[in-house]
Amino acid sequence: MSRRARLWVLAVGGLGLAVLLFAASLELPGFGGDRHPYGARAVEAALARHTSNVIAAVNFDQRAFDTLGEESILFCAALGTVVLLRQTSDERRVRPEPARVAPPVRRYALVALPVTLLIGLYVIAHGQLSPGGGFQGGVVVATALHLLYIAVDYRALERIRPVGLYAMADAAGEAAYLLLGAAGLVAGTAYLANVLPYGTFNTLASGGTVPLLNAAVGVEVASGVVVLLASFLDQAVEIVDADDTSDRSPDHHTPPEEKPT
Amino acid sequence: MSVLPYLVAGWIFLIGCYGLATSRNLIHAVGCLAVCQASTYVLLLAVGYRDGGTAPVFSDLRPGTRPVVDPVVQALTLTDVVVGATVTALLLAFVVQVGKRHGTVDPDELSELRG
Repeated sequence: MSRRARLWVLAVGGLGLAVLLFAASLELPGFGGDRHPYGARAVEAALARHTSNVIAAVNFDQRAFDTLGEESILFCAALGTVVLLRQTSDERRVRPEPARVAPPVRRYALVALPVTLLIGLYVIAHGQLSPGGGFQGGVVVATALHLLYIAVDYRALERIRPVGLYAMADAAGEAAYLLLGAAGLVAGTAYLANVLPYGTFNTLASGGTVPLLNAAVGVEVASGVVVLLASFLDQAVEIVDADDTSDRSPDHHTPPEEKPT
Repeated sequence: MSVLPYLVAGWIFLIGCYGLATSRNLIHAVGCLAVCQASTYVLLLAVGYRDGGTAPVFSDLRPGTRPVVDPVVQALTLTDVVVGATVTALLLAFVVQVGKRHGTVDPDELSELRG
């Protein structure tokens, strides 16, 4: 099909879809309306189970099984990316050269690193209390480590980031979630049912299994993102074609100023 | 107008589709797919919004004192974001391989099969 014909098909399809979406919008309950039957029930259930962050209660208690699927997608996507971006036989690795970083960048990145790491861990640990949780905190922790790439260079990042260990932590997080679910079966109820005592409302130990599942997800997301970024950075910085000596020789690989992430 | 947020979601979706269909660079196409997905966040959050509502988090809010927005759709949006981010990473990995094997990331030039 020619480009012109394709655009016509797209225009017709897009217009039809636009009409359908418009008609559907008119049938939806009004924006900002007061009737949220599912929301009201979710809030009630979360409060009954002593979890002050209702979203964490929905994700790790009321529909914890869905979150297992979501976590597995994350795990499989990380696995697939590692497989797709591995070094093939016609490629070789070059050692990245140290690069000069402007002193203010280095200073601020090195100050921001521990602060960001701490915030990430805080967000994971308080997932059942305040906004945040394993998914969000995990991403913050993983990006905190990569501030070292901005502040120093790729070799410094590699020193604090043994990818093999992070890959294992990724699998361990996924396994911990699966096994915590089995605790429900051992206790004689359903898989992933909340079996621990609910604790005191609004304390770190409240919510039963919610904080544990949350921590498992935090570990998995943090290490999964580190592994993902490591595969992409390897491609950008280290891996070159075996017969390629001209355009990507070690002395002009991607400089750290141009982040491929 | 009380349907405007829903229409915005539909518009973002259609813009993303247009970009996907007319894209001449696979990286751009992956970005367009992310735009399509962003429309679902807007739709979900618009469905769950409540006038005068606050976040459904009771660490500093006494239950029953203020209306809260729908936590179910917020949890769904969180799922959506996580899945979207990882699928984007996977697709970009595919683009890296396509670029290496075929020397191009223009979908129109990728018509022939190669062993």
